[in-house]
Amino acid sequence: MKLLKRKSDRIDELAAGAGEGGTSLAADALKRMARSPVAVVGAGVVALFVILSAIAPWIAPKDPFTRYPELRSELTPTNIPGPMPGFLLGSDQNGYDFFSRLLVASQQTLIVGVLATLLGLTVGMIIGGLAGALGGWVDSALMRLVDIMLSLPALLLAISIAALFREGSQWTVIIAVGTVSVPIFARLLRGAMLAQRESDHVLAATALGVRRRTVVFRHMLPNSLGPVIVQATLTLAAAIIEAASLSFLGLGDPSPRRAEWGLMLAQAQRHFEVKPELAFYPAAAIIIVALGFTLLGESMRESLDPKNRR
Amino acid sequence: MPLLDVRDLSVVFKRKGTAPFTAVDNVSFAVEPGQTVGLVGESGSGKSVTSLAVMGLLPKRGAHVTGSVNFDGTELLSLSMKELRNRRGRDLGMVFQDPMSSLNPVITVGRQISEVLQRHRGQDRKEADAGAVAMLDQVGIPDPARRVGEYPHQLSGGMRQRALIAIALACRPRLLIADEPTTALDVTIQAQILKLLADLVRGTETAMIMITHDLGVVAGLCDEVNVMYGGKIVERAERHRLFAEPRHPYTHGLLRSIPRLDAPRGEKLVPIKGSVVDNIPWEGGCAFAPRCPNALQRCRQVMPELEPEDARHLRCHNPVQPAAVAEGRAER
Amino acid sequence: MLRFIVRRLIQAIPTLFILSLLVFAWLRSLPGGPAAALLGERQTAESIARLNAAMGLDQPIYVQYIKFLGRIFTGDFGTSTVSGDPVMAEIRRSFPATIELGLCALILAVLFGIPFGYLAARRRGSFFDNATVISTLVGVAIPVFFLGFLLKYIFANQFRLLPPSGRYAVGAPDITGFATLDGLLTGDLAATSDALLHLVLPAAALATIPFAVIVRITRASVLDVMDEDFVRTAESKGLTTPVIRRRHVLRNALLPVATTIGLQTGLLLAGAVLTEKVFVWRGLGWLLATGIEQRDYPRLQALILLAAGVYVLVNLLVDISYAIIDPRVRVGR
Repeated sequence: MKLLKRKSDRIDELAAGAGEGGTSLAADALKRMARSPVAVVGAGVVALFVILSAIAPWIAPKDPFTRYPELRSELTPTNIPGPMPGFLLGSDQNGYDFFSRLLVASQQTLIVGVLATLLGLTVGMIIGGLAGALGGWVDSALMRLVDIMLSLPALLLAISIAALFREGSQWTVIIAVGTVSVPIFARLLRGAMLAQRESDHVLAATALGVRRRTVVFRHMLPNSLGPVIVQATLTLAAAIIEAASLSFLGLGDPSPRRAEWGLMLAQAQRHFEVKPELAFYPAAAIIIVALGFTLLGESMRESLDPKNRR
Repeated sequence: MPLLDVRDLSVVFKRKGTAPFTAVDNVSFAVEPGQTVGLVGESGSGKSVTSLAVMGLLPKRGAHVTGSVNFDGTELLSLSMKELRNRRGRDLGMVFQDPMSSLNPVITVGRQISEVLQRHRGQDRKEADAGAVAMLDQVGIPDPARRVGEYPHQLSGGMRQRALIAIALACRPRLLIADEPTTALDVTIQAQILKLLADLVRGTETAMIMITHDLGVVAGLCDEVNVMYGGKIVERAERHRLFAEPRHPYTHGLLRSIPRLDAPRGEKLVPIKGSVVDNIPWEGGCAFAPRCPNALQRCRQVMPELEPEDARHLRCHNPVQPAAVAEGRAER
Repeated sequence: MLRFIVRRLIQAIPTLFILSLLVFAWLRSLPGGPAAALLGERQTAESIARLNAAMGLDQPIYVQYIKFLGRIFTGDFGTSTVSGDPVMAEIRRSFPATIELGLCALILAVLFGIPFGYLAARRRGSFFDNATVISTLVGVAIPVFFLGFLLKYIFANQFRLLPPSGRYAVGAPDITGFATLDGLLTGDLAATSDALLHLVLPAAALATIPFAVIVRITRASVLDVMDEDFVRTAESKGLTTPVIRRRHVLRNALLPVATTIGLQTGLLLAGAVLTEKVFVWRGLGWLLATGIEQRDYPRLQALILLAAGVYVLVNLLVDISYAIIDPRVRVGR
């Protein structure tokens, strides 16, 4: 008997929303979302963020990877230059142009978030798909493992994985953060596939003698995509925050050259009393972007929820 | 003077972004003390909404109630929330359809009865607990002293419904509303619960409104029957009269669609064609016309009124003729 | 009830087994092999050889695993490569600090989270509701460590209302290791209030995420329960609003909240790593945070095992407490 509603159950609920799929329903969900202000705000923030990260190198007023002498000359342990002509937000702690780095950092932030999510999604979907398609003891064993990983605090899991590498790097962070989301996607896809195994269109396809592989790839997978996309959106938000936390703990890339919001925020903490803006701006950027992905994800989840279909 | 007098009761649901939906449309009926009145119809006919409106249990937002519900000289619709709460549970009791979900899962059955007694009778906890045991005994739950301490999930479906009846009757209300009290139960239990309800109200002043889609339930229990369709009453008659001579084609159809043990061998069941559509247009005609075998041109143009006819009330331009009823029987 | 507890204890065994396997696998995949990793910078060829022999690295894998289990049960996690102290002693020393901080944060989160969630649900769609929902979303989107720095910057650096870091300024006599309790025990109220003041900022930072989660779960759960049939039954009995809310709505609505609170206890451990680093709060999280930078693997191994153990324990406690509040779990079946 299931006693408690755990994270895994909530994922299963989301998964149960899969299945009645079909393009008309997807279009229906999109239409519902367009009416919700929350969804529009979330989608807007996400769109802006993606556009910004694409064009940042061209709109940055200065080269973000050059230390400017006019900034460095005034750089002391108790003074980091503020805004000055040509440098909109002044210097960062290393003599780079803070504003340009802030813009360009959107790119790396997006890359870290997307790669980590993709890693979790791919591995998770393979595990979940195997469990869902094979069933039996493979399913039980995989899900037991997945449940244990799920219930451990994500950050601790990420720390243990990142700590396996002697040196921190962007890749350490991506692998650690990505691995943490593997169990979520695994459970999600398995749940969605189980929910569909009993659904009429899959039963019909099977009854018509369609091969199992075709049923899985043509019918079950595409209809499981809704919840997976929702979860990926929510995971992206969490990944960006987790990446920042890992950087703060010294598990990120130690190079001062790399521009990424989480890293910038983490490195700025040491200079908080001298120039708090160095932390404020990347933090604000992270919060806004994370919020944007969360709002988008939550509103997608809501519009996919069968309870809200009318 | 009737105990409950419902006049021109209408309930319109308004939700943002959807067209207003008239669930109950100018319904009038009365219940005398000690009388049992049936409200019969398919799901969506407005019978349950009528009962919720009488109890004042419709959501405040979204449900627009007009008309009059007069209970023993008091207009219930204009009572304040506080005054209404003083009446509910004391003068008006209600038994719901699904006994599992209608009982609080984390409170003992006994407590769910005793809290009514504490609220309306001013009893202390001890008296009320004793009262709960007595009530459970009265509704036929064996070993009531043990059962009071149990939780709803520990009881069987039939016992849960008995407990729900005990709650509704704890303060000896003058009106009991039973909303599909047997629908969620096994067939064997259904009869027991109906007998229990009949026994409990028989010989007392307690009036009862029995809401059901099942004419079989009505047959054994009600003094008067109101048949509802699309939010309106379409036929009202004394029980025997209604069963002997259903005049409205809808009632006629309902009766022909239920199996009877005393029917002549070989008699066929005749289903009513189609189903209740969501928003029924009474404007500009009879809502039943699209499904009605007797429908005339007039039925699609003029809405029939509920008018006294042949010792009953009838809302039909072209009712089934008594002879035809008899003939229909004789044919088979 | 006792049978239920015993059954849950038995169910925890396979979980513990899998967890120990995971940590064992983790240990095996450390850079340079487990022995080199555990010895850190002080390693020499012969110390590695010695530890290899002690861990049985030359023996079959199941022997290694059994030896690993043996070391866990005897509490032998080696010495920290950062401090040179036995890891077990470090943990024992830092444990009270983390318990104190975590408990405080949890109390804050529950004390504020449930009323906010409940009121938001009752006034669904109102300004208050929207503001609450939005602030919980923001609360989850803020990196905890940044929030810590922000609080520190505002309340300690700018307004100088609260101490910026550490557990106490004066240092109370150390009896239990719980700074607040020690002050009370010795009658030194100044020490207690000093310890409490030091607690405010880190506890607030640590409480944000559990607070946000509890608010959201409470709100959703109250909304669900208000739609339940039995609430309509309660209404039909003519019960007064406070009774309906307390006895029928809240009591049922709090069931999922109780689970959430339990699960948040585990997450507090993760939050503590960040918060304790920000506020130089010398607890387990601080041990872990400082251990990571130096790749202090003996410390990491012990702390990861501890976290896993705490997770199993917390889940057990959650199940049992759930059984106490929900009769459906407690009785029968």
